[in-house]
Amino acid sequence: MLKLLGAVSIAFLTVFAGMAVARPFKDAGGRTVEIPNHVSRVLTAGPPAAVLTYVLAPEKLTGWVQEPTKEQKEFLMPSVRDLPTYGRLTGQGGTANMEAVLAAKPDIIIDVGTVNDTYISLADKVQQQTGIPYILIDGSFAKTPETLRLVGDLLGVSARAGELATYAETTLKTLNEGIAKVPEAERPKVYYGRGPEGLETGLAGSINLEILGAVGATNVAAAAGKGGLTNVSLEQILGWNPQVILAASPKFAQAAKSDPLWANIAAVKAGQVYPTPSTPFGWFDSPPGVNRLIGVRWLEALLYPKAFAVDLKADVKQFFKLFYQVELTDAQLDTLLKGATPKS
Amino acid sequence: MKDSAENDGSLKLIVYSIAGLMALAMLSMAIGKYFVSPSSILSVLLSGITGDTSGIDPIQSTVIWNVRLPRVAAGLLIGASLAAAGATYQGLFRNPLVSPDILGVSAGASLGAVLAIFLEMPVPVIQASSFCGGLLAVGAVYGVGAAVRNRDPVLTLVLAGVAIGAVVGAGISLIKILADPYDQLPAITYWLLGSLTAVTRGDVGSILPAVLIGFVPLILLRWRMNVMTLGDEEAQTLGVDTRLTRSVLIAGATLITAASVSIAGIVGWIGLVIPHIARLLVGPDFRKLLPASIMLGGAYMLIVDTLARSIARIEIPLGILTAVVGAPFFLWLLASGRKGWS
Repeated sequence: MLKLLGAVSIAFLTVFAGMAVARPFKDAGGRTVEIPNHVSRVLTAGPPAAVLTYVLAPEKLTGWVQEPTKEQKEFLMPSVRDLPTYGRLTGQGGTANMEAVLAAKPDIIIDVGTVNDTYISLADKVQQQTGIPYILIDGSFAKTPETLRLVGDLLGVSARAGELATYAETTLKTLNEGIAKVPEAERPKVYYGRGPEGLETGLAGSINLEILGAVGATNVAAAAGKGGLTNVSLEQILGWNPQVILAASPKFAQAAKSDPLWANIAAVKAGQVYPTPSTPFGWFDSPPGVNRLIGVRWLEALLYPKAFAVDLKADVKQFFKLFYQVELTDAQLDTLLKGATPKS
Repeated sequence: MKDSAENDGSLKLIVYSIAGLMALAMLSMAIGKYFVSPSSILSVLLSGITGDTSGIDPIQSTVIWNVRLPRVAAGLLIGASLAAAGATYQGLFRNPLVSPDILGVSAGASLGAVLAIFLEMPVPVIQASSFCGGLLAVGAVYGVGAAVRNRDPVLTLVLAGVAIGAVVGAGISLIKILADPYDQLPAITYWLLGSLTAVTRGDVGSILPAVLIGFVPLILLRWRMNVMTLGDEEAQTLGVDTRLTRSVLIAGATLITAASVSIAGIVGWIGLVIPHIARLLVGPDFRKLLPASIMLGGAYMLIVDTLARSIARIEIPLGILTAVVGAPFFLWLLASGRKGWS
């Protein structure tokens, strides 16, 4: 009798376990990871993954990598504003606390970004240590529609993912068709300045300037070589003489407009100095995630007003409603775009 | 007669310290972000030994076996290693400002790790590269020291260490500039600040042989170490081959430091300050200083790592905490300590 009871309970457990553990998933690192059929809690390893999970399924987000600031929270759904902060799992060490990660009881951990051997082995390590499936997703900008669909299927929100992916495809298609018609000579030379003094920029191939390349503009700092972020001198910028300056910090935008040292640069003379909007997530670079889609529309309006018929305000409202699920008021819209559009 | 009484006394002290350390380790096992009751900790630990996992919460089991136990073990091992290496270096160079970094082991290990992160290598390669980097840097410094024969050997070593450390530091800075700001730079920064957050049992196992081998000369040569602190000339008159003794001791201390740094990143301060604290407590006799440094180092690292994983929601890098917790304590000891440097 006892034996029979045991057998029945084992059979029951096996069926039960079979329901909970589910399908294999091949991630961008070529790892095959067993993931549950129904994913209801997602922990994100880095900022791009947090944005991606938020736009697809905000109710499945367990927390943030970095606590959103007050300014950011205003543009996020109320339900996610006060989620806990878990820190970054990326890199050896990182700031995420393994026990806090386990206490969040996530069904899966998602990391979006560059996929290389370091991240593959790190994912294996964390997965082995915690027993939580750890999935790597390729975060390159050109693959945005595929990434949205892939992760949407993973999270069981395919319909919403399809909607967002279509938007991304339309954006990229409009962009590529529009750019093709702009002759090489009419594509502006752009300098992107970071930091309070604006003397930090990205070299050719830098992920920070990925969407500048996508919109076909020339990064003047590419002349200084290939690589990531770097510091340059004012002399170099004077030599490059950019036609447009994009400023990661509004302080630098202000300084560039008023500082006599910058006064002779073509962009300053023409009044073409713009801060890059960065709320709730960066429009231009950080983090390098789907948040940059609206940056493309913004750059089209800014750099090619003739080639693209962009109604920027309507586009921003639509993007925020579709992706971030917030209705922008006109006042909020003005805050977002302050100084970032040509004066008309 | 007096000697044996003293030996009995120190034996007792060692037994007490080990018991204290065990208690501290148990306490650390009970503290963390994921609540596990003390009785559950015991049953989880027992289940791991007996293999009977019925009635055990799998998440609790993961927390205890895969997160806390490796961290406690790594903390004890690394704290003890860095402090022992520090005590050895300070004695060898007869200088209280010396830490295990003096011959460039930390800098070399940093460069090895940073380079491997930059080249997008898997984690085990990063650790191996860091380990080799540490050994290579000290090897280079020692090579320079051996090549320059007509000067004070200790001074030559220290100066060569400073010079090679500077070059290695420049290499690290260069890679930081070239690294990808989203993916690699944070990884490099966290690595340089030290952390045990991702340590697994496999990591601890992988450095254990190197640490044990490194400890052998330190323990065997503890009496000669005392003679070395008298200075080369006097040590030679007492019949000690200073050159050989020094190289063997440096090799041992370097091996345990490089192994520790390869899995924990740079954890500063312990190697500098723990030997001082030990010296203030037991005096400069290396036969007492070494065990005292080992115990204190292990305990200190354990406390710091427990704080690192429990005081905030996110992890606090060890490099920050070792200094913040250690500096005030050290200053207090300095002001009230009884025993001196020599």
